[in-house]
Amino acid sequence: MAEVSLRQLSKRFGPTQVIGDLSLDIPSGEFAVFLGPSGCGKSTLLRMIAGLEPLSGGEIHLGGARIDILPPGDRGVAMVFQQYALYPHMTVRQNMAFGLRNIGTPTDEISRKIADAAEMLEITPLLERKPAQLSGGQRQRVAIGRAIVKQPRAFLFDEPLSNLDATLRSRTRIELARLHQRIRSTMIFVTHDQVEAMTMATRIVVMNRGQIEQVGTPMDVYRRPQTRFVAGFVGTPAMNFLTVAAVSDEAGFARVSLPDGSTVTTVIPTKALPSAALTLGVRAENIQPGGGIPARVDVIERLGERTLIYANLRDGSTIVYDETGDVQVSIGENVQLAIDGSNAHLFGADGRAIRG
Amino acid sequence: MAPTRICLVRTGGQSVAEATQSAAAGIGIPRLANALFVLPYMLILLVMLIIPLGLGIWLAFQDYDMLGGWNGSVGLENFQNLLDDRIFRGTVRNTMLFVLMTTPAFVILGLALALALNDRLRRSAMLRAIFFGSSVLSVTIVTLVWRLVYLPDRGMLANILGTVGLHSIDPVTSETWALPAIAVVTVWWIIGLPMTLFLAALQQIPADLYEAAALDHASRWRTLMSITLPSIRRTIVVVAVVEVILQFQLFGQALLITGGGPNNTSRPMVQFIYEAGFRDLQLGFAAAASQVLFALMLIAALAQAWVGRKREG
Repeated sequence: MAEVSLRQLSKRFGPTQVIGDLSLDIPSGEFAVFLGPSGCGKSTLLRMIAGLEPLSGGEIHLGGARIDILPPGDRGVAMVFQQYALYPHMTVRQNMAFGLRNIGTPTDEISRKIADAAEMLEITPLLERKPAQLSGGQRQRVAIGRAIVKQPRAFLFDEPLSNLDATLRSRTRIELARLHQRIRSTMIFVTHDQVEAMTMATRIVVMNRGQIEQVGTPMDVYRRPQTRFVAGFVGTPAMNFLTVAAVSDEAGFARVSLPDGSTVTTVIPTKALPSAALTLGVRAENIQPGGGIPARVDVIERLGERTLIYANLRDGSTIVYDETGDVQVSIGENVQLAIDGSNAHLFGADGRAIRG
Repeated sequence: MAPTRICLVRTGGQSVAEATQSAAAGIGIPRLANALFVLPYMLILLVMLIIPLGLGIWLAFQDYDMLGGWNGSVGLENFQNLLDDRIFRGTVRNTMLFVLMTTPAFVILGLALALALNDRLRRSAMLRAIFFGSSVLSVTIVTLVWRLVYLPDRGMLANILGTVGLHSIDPVTSETWALPAIAVVTVWWIIGLPMTLFLAALQQIPADLYEAAALDHASRWRTLMSITLPSIRRTIVVVAVVEVILQFQLFGQALLITGGGPNNTSRPMVQFIYEAGFRDLQLGFAAAASQVLFALMLIAALAQAWVGRKREG
């Protein structure tokens, strides 16, 4: 395992810049997840680390040594592809042995490494099968096994769970987290699924339009989003954003008025606020019934253990809040809501969060 | 009444429930009217292929002269005569040699061209069109061009050999070089088809396999041997079988370049059949020679397909 250091990376496809001046340090042994919407450049970034995509600028270092000048096989990384990329005409054993044979590993050592990895991933009975004879989940394990046997200094995962069904995906998430705890190797995982990011990452790197929006622990990214983009992208349902009509001061903290006339007192110091237009951000779980903000229930989504209720405020804006699973509520019903100001966020016109 | 669960046409993964539903809707129940869908094809197959094939086989056992007409069955006499015919034995040898010369060339050169031109560069697209372009020319044009190439003293081959200090040869009149010269013409003429088939196969290989191989430290040679060739094995078998069948039917090039000479060293079986049937008018004899050719093609094609399948297994 080794530290990955990306220094002022940039990538252009013709005139289109997909990654611009990106720098990031991933400490040794970390499970870093690149999270972002489709087209944000996260897969391109991973492929640049792997050596599958040439750099337009910058340097990549692994364990202190520059690797962007090396061919993919010499970089000391192993990659698990979205479509697994198993060699179809080779058995599972041959798939796992291929990379080791290419670097002249002795046969008995190859056998031992394959046996160890197969046991760890519980694929020993599958070793003589070909990929076509395996299920999606089994192929996934083989792809991971092929990476493990190489004992790379860093693992790269390119949306490897996206082809699995929901049940298998959640099981594989747990297994990957367990695998990371066991081998303590540096892992970089690319996904657009925030649940994968939240559940597996030691640090999440949220990306948007080829730039890093925020780097932090899952709860840090969730609780303290640095930009409106991060606040909206991380968390289900997405954070509510309400236009701030006016701001006043209440004991040094910002008290914001919403267009429907209701007010919310935050814990953001007034002196930190810019004069430009503000947006209030509040998560569904920080809105409860029983306050003074009138709303009318529009849509009810029952998820079992919780219920999401979409309600319209007096000015027509929609707000979503959390309720218990068996709450008695009906569409068209008038409710009174309270926003927990201590967990509310304010975003400036530039989309950046305002903190005290 | 319970719906019937018998289905003549059933897809692999169809469940009983689906089958029951299909049967209830009347789909999959054998009906004579369904045969109408394949009737036009069956008619053409029967009239254009099966009946002529049967007639050809029948004719091979008859004494049938185009002038004298049918003189009754002669059993295996036509085949015995073929066996005794030195020229026919020579044509079998020539044809098989020709197939052995051209088929590997089509596979190896076709694959090499496809590998070299399998990219998105404009230059490669142009070269692909050029290499395929010769395939659309008629045999007359192709042989005319190559007669000029092979012209002794003044031809392109003579000029090239002269430049490097070698004596000029006339392959058309050389017993040694006549057949290889025709093989070169043939490969030049229709290398486009195997190249295109290989290109299509290469483009079916997922790019991430190559990326995985690059991360697995595979050299270019290892990637070719372990990723590319196994991935296009079926196409290699198809190209080999198709070329064997096509090249056994060598005729036009040989007739127009060497006329089968010198001393019958480039005379192919089809030319022998043509001459026996249409020049000497011995249809029964020619039909017997056709059956020998047919048998050889069948054996060669089946053997190749069998070898290909065995390797795959």
